[in-house]
Amino acid sequence: MEGHLIPDPTNENATILLMGLRRSGKSSICKVVFHKLQPLDTLYLESTSKPTTENFRSLINLSVIELPGQLNFFEPTYDHEKLFKSIGALVYIIDSQDEYLNALTNLSMIISYIYKVNPKINVEVLIHKIDGLSEDFRLDTQRDIMQRVGDELLDLGLEGLQVSFYLTSIFDHSIYEAFSRIIQKLIYELPALENLLDLLVQYNKFEKLFLFDVNSKIYVATDSSPVDIQTYEACAEFIDVTIDLDGLYGDVKDSDESKGNPTKCISRLQNGSVLYLHQMIRGLALVGLVRLDNTDQFSMEFKNALSLIDFNVNVFKKSLEDMWKNSRL
Amino acid sequence: MSTNSRKKLLLMGRSGSGKSSMRSIIFSNYSAFDTRRLGATIDVEHSNLRFLNNMTLNLWDCGGQDVFIENFLNTSSQNPNSNNNIFKKCEVLLHVFDVESKEVNKDIEIFQRVLKNLHQFSPNVKVFILLHKMDLIQVNKRDELFKIMFDNLQKIANPFHFKLTGFATSIWDESLYKAWSSIICSLIPNISFYQQNLSKINDILNAREIILFEKTTFLVISSTDRKLITNNDELDPKRFEKISNIIKTYKQSVNKIRTNFETIILNGMNTSIYLAELTNNIFIMIVMDNQRNDDDSTAIEDENLILEDIKIARSLFEKVENV
Ligand SMILES: Nc1nc2c(ncn2[C@@H]2O[C@H](COP(=O)(O)OP(=O)(O)OP(=O)(O)O)[C@@H](O)[C@H]2O)c(=O)[nH]1
Ligand SMILES: Nc1nc2c(ncn2[C@@H]2O[C@H](COP(=O)(O)OP(=O)(O)OP(=O)(O)O)[C@@H](O)[C@H]2O)c(=O)[nH]1
Ligand SMILES: [Mg+2]
Ligand SMILES: [Mg+2]
Repeated sequence: MEGHLIPDPTNENATILLMGLRRSGKSSICKVVFHKLQPLDTLYLESTSKPTTENFRSLINLSVIELPGQLNFFEPTYDHEKLFKSIGALVYIIDSQDEYLNALTNLSMIISYIYKVNPKINVEVLIHKIDGLSEDFRLDTQRDIMQRVGDELLDLGLEGLQVSFYLTSIFDHSIYEAFSRIIQKLIYELPALENLLDLLVQYNKFEKLFLFDVNSKIYVATDSSPVDIQTYEACAEFIDVTIDLDGLYGDVKDSDESKGNPTKCISRLQNGSVLYLHQMIRGLALVGLVRLDNTDQFSMEFKNALSLIDFNVNVFKKSLEDMWKNSRL
Repeated sequence: MSTNSRKKLLLMGRSGSGKSSMRSIIFSNYSAFDTRRLGATIDVEHSNLRFLNNMTLNLWDCGGQDVFIENFLNTSSQNPNSNNNIFKKCEVLLHVFDVESKEVNKDIEIFQRVLKNLHQFSPNVKVFILLHKMDLIQVNKRDELFKIMFDNLQKIANPFHFKLTGFATSIWDESLYKAWSSIICSLIPNISFYQQNLSKINDILNAREIILFEKTTFLVISSTDRKLITNNDELDPKRFEKISNIIKTYKQSVNKIRTNFETIILNGMNTSIYLAELTNNIFIMIVMDNQRNDDDSTAIEDENLILEDIKIARSLFEKVENV
């Protein structure tokens, strides 16, 4: 989708702007996270020559704009002011396998400009391609970059600006984790959602609960307990199991979430936990790990426990529907 | 019939053709990605795998470098009665060919010499050939290439009266599971019992499909007869091997949180799928068409019925296994 640089003013999408030097990895990230391109296949991506916009429908409607590295963005032909005013997050990507001083200079130039037009913007810095760095070197690199950016912000007198840092790679789940956090900041209803998830966890002995965007495997919300990457992976991959199995016998063409019963999938594990998936609205699924100890899977007790969870999850789904009806009409 | 029958399977082919890779994926829960770290096999690597109740699969993964192959062949001709003659008492030969091989003539020559020895020492051996690493061939050229190579190899086998079974495979898709499922099924003596009992169960359940899987490998060992169920025509013909692949991947995924799975119950768009352990060695998957009703209570009732039926089926199949 070749796009217009200036977002349509009637477009109420939350907008993420991807910037960074040439070959830092912007297009790769977009393709892998939103289009399921195999990470290895990004090797053959061509350098982007024009700004591109893509729109995604999830819990919120999202626009992702890539400003290619080869574009000198201070060229007068582009109306940056309008662009920067309308975006929610600036995601700046630094190739950690390369000399990054140029990138840092570029970043501080952008920051000092953007702050003037949009001081509330979230600045998200991805220290990217860390798959090529040893464990020690990752932390050193992160420390060095944070230090230098911090100093620069001080010099510019912009201590108030929100800047976050993430270590990422398209070859593992770190890029999904980073995007999950970045997108969550753009969801106005997040605190309310997190509260609801915490309630579910509390009432049903969930160990962890994620509200996933099924297509991208980004989680748009989770309960307040810390995220453990293995649990995230198991939950994300459980979505694939569900979709792949269902796809073999279901007619994917009429996969309309408003029709028929929502897709549900549970898997009992040997350690007494259960992986639980329940389809929600707007391409989302609630996926979590729940403890149902010492119960035989064929027993009434087990079934009752599950029915109770289903009941509570349906209440959650209803709240989600209501929340979205009120806020997006 | 002996209570524990050992079945010897020779896994042969030139070095780098992918023998140890497939063995690790099918029997040791490796992902395709993990196989890159495998080293070349020295001499022979043996593994014994318990299979169903009364079978042991005795797998001989034979190093494919020329020194080793020459050694196997020389031992066989100079010391035919020695225990080191690998060609004795084989049930199955699985010969793997790298479709991108640069030395096709040499590959074929070795295949021919292997067949010659088997003809002498295990004349009843079943011969499977895999034309492997198909992922490296352009999609639209695969069928033709397979046919040419297979016909060629069958001609080589004709003088020894072996009828080949061949598959085009790759570790990067589900094709490997189809090939191995067929190999394993050729070794199960009472395979028809499984089939018969499945039909009996389906008389009660009226399922869209029922499939049995071996537990450790998740290879398909039996399924309800497709011909009897007309609306299955439109289903994906590769679904069995795809399910093996999906479930093996799922196994690796839950291994990362240091556990394994016991059941999967999926209430999907048009069908409900139940996957559970049937006996110590078999998993059963039951696919039921969803009744289109909005009444949740009957749905739960159905579910209980199916779980009950699995219990009944369990006792039936435990008898089959103990024959
Ligand atoms: N090792 C490694 N390589 C990556 C990663 N992400 C992207 N790459 C590689 O980086 C190279 C450039 O990626 P692109 O996505 O085209 O870079 P870009 O930022 O879009 O570049 P422009 O369009 O020129 O601005 C590709 O060869 C990718 O394979 C990563 O996480 N790790
Ligand atoms: N592209 C591709 N590569 C494969 C496939 N199967 C195996 N390989 C790769 O081939 C290489 C060699 O595989 P091995 O399994 O060690 O080969 P081998 O036949 O056991 O070799 P020897 O032990 O020396 O006889 C590994 O790097 C595998 O990743 C396949 O289907 N496609
Ligand atoms: Mg690009
Ligand atoms: Mg080997």
